Amino acid sequence: MTRAAFLLLTVVLAGAATSAAEIPLAERKSGYEFMTRETRAMQDDDTANPAMLWVLDGETFWRRKEGSAGKSCADCHGDARTSMKGVAARYPAFNAARARPVDLEERINICRTEQQRATPLPFESKELLALAAYIGQQSRGMPIEIEDDARMRPFLQAGHDMFNGRQGQLNLSCAQCHDDNWGQKLAGAAIPQGHPTGYPLYRLEWQTLGSLQRRLRNCLFGMRAVSYPYGAPEYVNLELYLRWRARGMPVEIPAVRP
Amino acid sequence: MARALINVPPKAKRGELIEIKTLISHTMETGFRPDNTGKAIPRDIITDFVCKYNGQEIFRAELFPAIAANPFLSFFTVATESGTLSFEWTGDNGFSSTESVNISVE
Repeated sequence: MTRAAFLLLTVVLAGAATSAAEIPLAERKSGYEFMTRETRAMQDDDTANPAMLWVLDGETFWRRKEGSAGKSCADCHGDARTSMKGVAARYPAFNAARARPVDLEERINICRTEQQRATPLPFESKELLALAAYIGQQSRGMPIEIEDDARMRPFLQAGHDMFNGRQGQLNLSCAQCHDDNWGQKLAGAAIPQGHPTGYPLYRLEWQTLGSLQRRLRNCLFGMRAVSYPYGAPEYVNLELYLRWRARGMPVEIPAVRP
Repeated sequence: MARALINVPPKAKRGELIEIKTLISHTMETGFRPDNTGKAIPRDIITDFVCKYNGQEIFRAELFPAIAANPFLSFFTVATESGTLSFEWTGDNGFSSTESVNISVE
C-alpha cells in the first residue's frame, strides 16, 4: 500500500468513526413501525385515537371569531378541508417578513396577532395544539415536502449541525441514537429513527397531545443538555432539518406514540 | 360538556352482535401527584359510566384513579330493535357528560 493510499484510508475510517452515517432514503421508517400492535390499532382507528378529541376541538376553534378584528380562521381561509390540504406537509416554511423559517404553531400565532388582532396562544396550550392538529390532519397521507432553496439552506445547515453535534453532560448527539442505533433499545423502549411525521401527536407517556418542540425538549433533557425556551430558533432549525430528513414520508397527523 | 367520540354502527341486522366504542376527554387526575409546591393535586376522575339502549341499562363501568386520561371503553351488545343508545359519564367535582346516538335495526 502506498503511503498516500494508507493516509486516505485512515482519513476515511476516522471519518466513519466520528460522523454518523445518514439513513438511506429507502430504509427510513416512521416511528409507527416501532410501535406495538395495540398502539398501532389506536392510531389507525379514528374513534380510538385520543388525538381526535383535539382535532374536533380544532374544528370548533377554526370557526370561532377571535381578537379585536372579530375574525375566525374560516373567515379568511374558508373550509380547512380544502384550504389547508397539504399545508402542514410543507412546514416549517420560509417567512419572508421575518427572513427565517417558522413552524406551523408559530404561523398560527402570526395569523392570530396580525389578522385576528388577538393575543398569541401560549405554546402547548389546548387551543394551539388543537388548531395545529386540525390543520395537520388535512395533510394526512401526503408526502412531507420542505423547500431547500438558497434562503432555507443556512437554517437547514444549522439544524443539521445541531443534529450531528455533541451536546450535554452525556456528550451525545441526536445522530448517535437516531442515525447509528435506531432499532436498538434504550431502557426497554425502541429507538426510532426520529422522523417527525405525526406532530402534534398523542403520547401515551404524556397522556395528552404535544408538539414536536415538547418532544425535542424531552430528548435534550435525557441528554442532560440545555433546553431552549419554547419558540427558540434552535428548535425551528432542528425541526426544519428533521422534516427535511423525513422528506417524502407520509404525514400521520394526529399520530399516537408510546 | 366534555368532548366525546362515540362509534356505533348506524345500521345493524336484528340479532347481530355490535361493537360500541366510546372515548371521552378527561384529565383523570389521580390525586396522588404532587404539584410544584409539593402539595397533592386533588383527585379529579370519572367514576361511573352507564350505557342505556332504549332506556334499558346494558353496560356499566366503575372507573378508578389508575385509569389513563381520556378513557376509552369498548363493549358489545346485541342489536335488538331500532332506537337510541345513550351514554352517561359522571365523576368528581360534579362532572357529568351525556351523549346519544341512533341505531336502525332491520
